[in-house]
Amino acid sequence: MAKEIEPGLWEHVPSPFCGIGADDLKIRVRGDRLEVLENGDDVTLPAFEEPLGEKQPSVAGKPVPLAEAVAQAAKILKTSDLPLIGGLATDVAGMRAALSLADRLGAVVDNMNSAAAMRNILVLQDSGWMTTTLAEVRNRCDLLVVVGVDVETLFPRFFERHLWLDGMFAKNSARKVIYLGKAPAEKPTNDSQVLACADEHLPAVVGMLRALINDRPIQAETVGGVAVGELRSLADQLKKARYGVITWAAAALDWPQAELTVQILCETVKDLNQTTRCSGLPLGGKEGDQTANQVCGWQTGYPVRTRFSRGYPEYDPYLNAGDVLIETGEVDALLWVSAYNTRRTPPKNGLPTIVLGRCGMTFEQSPDVYIPVGVPGIDHAGHTYRMDNVVAVRLFKLREAGLPSTSQVLQAIQEAL
Amino acid sequence: MLIKLTGGTVYDPAHRVNGRVHDLYIQDGRIVDPPAGAHVDKEYDLHGMVVMAGAIDMHTHIGGGKVNIARTLLPEDHRADPAAHTEILRSGCGHAAPSTLTTGYRYAEMGFTTAFEPAVLPVNARQAHMEMGDIPILDKGGYAMLGSDDFLLRLMQSGADQKMINDYVAWTLNASQCIGIKVVNPGGISAFKFNQRALDLDEEHEYYGVTPRQVLKVLATAVNELAVPHPLHVHGCNLGVPGNMETTLNTISGIEGLPMHLTHIQFHSYGTEGDFKFSSGAARIAEAINANKNITVDVGQVLFGQTVTASGDNMRQHANAGHAHPHKWVCMDIECDAGCGVVPFKYRDKNFVNALQWAIGLEIFLLVDNPWQVYLTTDHPNGAPFTSYPHLIRLLMDRSFRNEQLSRLHPEAQKMTTLASIEREYSLYEIAIMTRAGAAELVGLSDRGHLGAGAAADITVYVPDANREKMFSRPKYVFKDGQLVVKDGEIVKVVWGTTHVVKPEYDHAVEKSLEKYFDQYMTMKLDNFVIREEEISEDGRGSVTIHPCWGGRGI
Repeated sequence: MAKEIEPGLWEHVPSPFCGIGADDLKIRVRGDRLEVLENGDDVTLPAFEEPLGEKQPSVAGKPVPLAEAVAQAAKILKTSDLPLIGGLATDVAGMRAALSLADRLGAVVDNMNSAAAMRNILVLQDSGWMTTTLAEVRNRCDLLVVVGVDVETLFPRFFERHLWLDGMFAKNSARKVIYLGKAPAEKPTNDSQVLACADEHLPAVVGMLRALINDRPIQAETVGGVAVGELRSLADQLKKARYGVITWAAAALDWPQAELTVQILCETVKDLNQTTRCSGLPLGGKEGDQTANQVCGWQTGYPVRTRFSRGYPEYDPYLNAGDVLIETGEVDALLWVSAYNTRRTPPKNGLPTIVLGRCGMTFEQSPDVYIPVGVPGIDHAGHTYRMDNVVAVRLFKLREAGLPSTSQVLQAIQEAL
Repeated sequence: MLIKLTGGTVYDPAHRVNGRVHDLYIQDGRIVDPPAGAHVDKEYDLHGMVVMAGAIDMHTHIGGGKVNIARTLLPEDHRADPAAHTEILRSGCGHAAPSTLTTGYRYAEMGFTTAFEPAVLPVNARQAHMEMGDIPILDKGGYAMLGSDDFLLRLMQSGADQKMINDYVAWTLNASQCIGIKVVNPGGISAFKFNQRALDLDEEHEYYGVTPRQVLKVLATAVNELAVPHPLHVHGCNLGVPGNMETTLNTISGIEGLPMHLTHIQFHSYGTEGDFKFSSGAARIAEAINANKNITVDVGQVLFGQTVTASGDNMRQHANAGHAHPHKWVCMDIECDAGCGVVPFKYRDKNFVNALQWAIGLEIFLLVDNPWQVYLTTDHPNGAPFTSYPHLIRLLMDRSFRNEQLSRLHPEAQKMTTLASIEREYSLYEIAIMTRAGAAELVGLSDRGHLGAGAAADITVYVPDANREKMFSRPKYVFKDGQLVVKDGEIVKVVWGTTHVVKPEYDHAVEKSLEKYFDQYMTMKLDNFVIREEEISEDGRGSVTIHPCWGGRGI
């Protein structure tokens, strides 16, 4: 557990922001201010160090006591026929409270990162997959194929913590990384290779890779600007690798029906396992997206994009998409939960809106109710899921800023109904 | 508050009470001796009714990563069994991979008050406990999985002594808040990561050079020497492979008298005779169980219909993935700790293999003489959903019903089983042993599974019915810790159970080795891996109950 080695000085602090669950941060706390002393990066450092904003809740932009904000939120939700509980960037306890409230209200639940997460979930539910976790990558991976994403921009410490070191069964010097699609922003190391293509060509390129792995007869010499010979070499390397890993970030595959590209990758992994070992590694886990889907999974059987309006959970990845429901006017109130990132504010909407947001959030237009909440892992203890979905990270309270947790506020709203 | 249960016919095998009419008293959640002259606050007239302790499922996959993968994988299965919310119940879904809330309600509605998740990966134990924390009414607990984790295999490869392994096993139980140790395909989940596709009992792991037999031996010894009540819980090698009966028999003899529990033994009792090269090994397996009092088993009965198989054994699940129905499946390698495989499956009575699996399970139930050695499971959801237990109980208690069901199966399967000639019918007393007294003793719960003074007042009351399926589907009353939670088969109150654990002592020097290993190879710090009790109790509902390491029933 995170340890306070001297007053205000913490080590082994886990990060709820980075998606990889790095838990080696050293942080100094002075009053309300946090300073990351060791192992911060471009994602975790600003997220931990962001100063607190106004702690007082507001109704229509005017400061009110918490109880009044809660009562107003309950009033809005009570009169709504179909509310949307969106955002859902919170911890396990916050998600539990959100689902309890949704069940009570007959609401729809969706997560702010669902558009990306669904590119993976749809594949899981249609054909399944073979995947691995971060410690397996660290200790076994001898060939990493990165598809369509600049990993280091989204996950700055991914390579440092999981690849560029000696594992139990894979020496650092024997590992190779091949980028397919996007080239990394920084010049890759010597044992890396880039097969660059535009996003729009990636579906065709990964389709060709799968065909080559299955020894299909190929007439074409290039696909999407990539030489087939290069892809054939990649296919051969994957077949020869002892523990290949194909990784992608659904958030970076941002085009219609990108789930079909994910599916080709996942089926390619299955094909490779006829003879050798290979695994997929879907990258994600930010803003509690894995957490939302995990908790919703065990409490309802379904991922988010689930509605309770008929008294029991009904999942539909298309009809229950939060942005669509707002756009079509099917929902008539919005409760937006965003406890990690002050910039993830609710989408534009003309609905009565309640925001449970990280303290310091600012709005173009004041929501009907705004309740600043604490950050899991800074202001209160909790649990969040890492990108690989297996490891639930225990989060700790580092400071006392007098902010309520998401779950406390949601429970108070439910009690006020 | 003093509650009196008057005039029920009591089946309490822990006290050798076999259908005797006597009163029970409940005070402060416990069963108490008849208090002299005390005022009874509430009395239930149980004349003509059957009274047993709350039932215990000692092997059911109800919480943890692979269960949640199974849930996410099967929206179409949930849609057929929605569970609506009521004034007191939360909504959810049922059937093969039910939601946590519905899991608790439906177990309680059948008279169950305790259930154990048998495959808790230590690295995923936090999730298992969080899921089980959302299962209402039931007490719960988990068995921590070891045997394919690289730390243990490295210890064995380096020739570490048994004491070091004992310390690691004890540390694992403490760190994962579990009550027993399970091993799944010993060493095989790790071997699959090195691309080995099978690992027989005496076959060497290609990297570590250790064999499954050696893994079983060191772990069974550790559990025994730590005096953990629940014997090593073993999912053996070669699950589902025709001919695996020989492996199972060798596993029994190879453990050399140490206590060992062989789980879902039905899946490990196959021969290779007949036109289809698939036959029942039940008779020989039962004979071995009868001859070895150190061995206990649960059956993992197959019942027909759609379900999903969820296992830590990704080596075997990958091999069987082609049978997936619907055709989708998941396999994972997990954190140098273990793995998992989730394969949906539909058992069909007109399919020769499935029909014979059904018969093999029942043969084992009926051919094992001592009901203290065999436990009622479907390995939920792998053989069938737990909601089919009342049907299974009827198959065991009612020969004519059993034979009538048998007559509907694939004709070649009928020829390959001796089931029709087995006359045995389980008695209520024997059902109470395998689902209550025996299960509690096997797991190490001294205050559950019986109705003596001091026991937790987990009590189930049934209205007798010649149709045992009907009787066991819908208890008249269920009390959990003295509170009435079910009346006429429906939940009337939602309470929250405790989490049962053991905390064997160990030499903390092992943490130095672990810390070094975690820093060098793992993706989290050792002290962030360890689960503290407050993580289970801080929601205000959960609690941890520590049971002493007293060595179990011994041999």
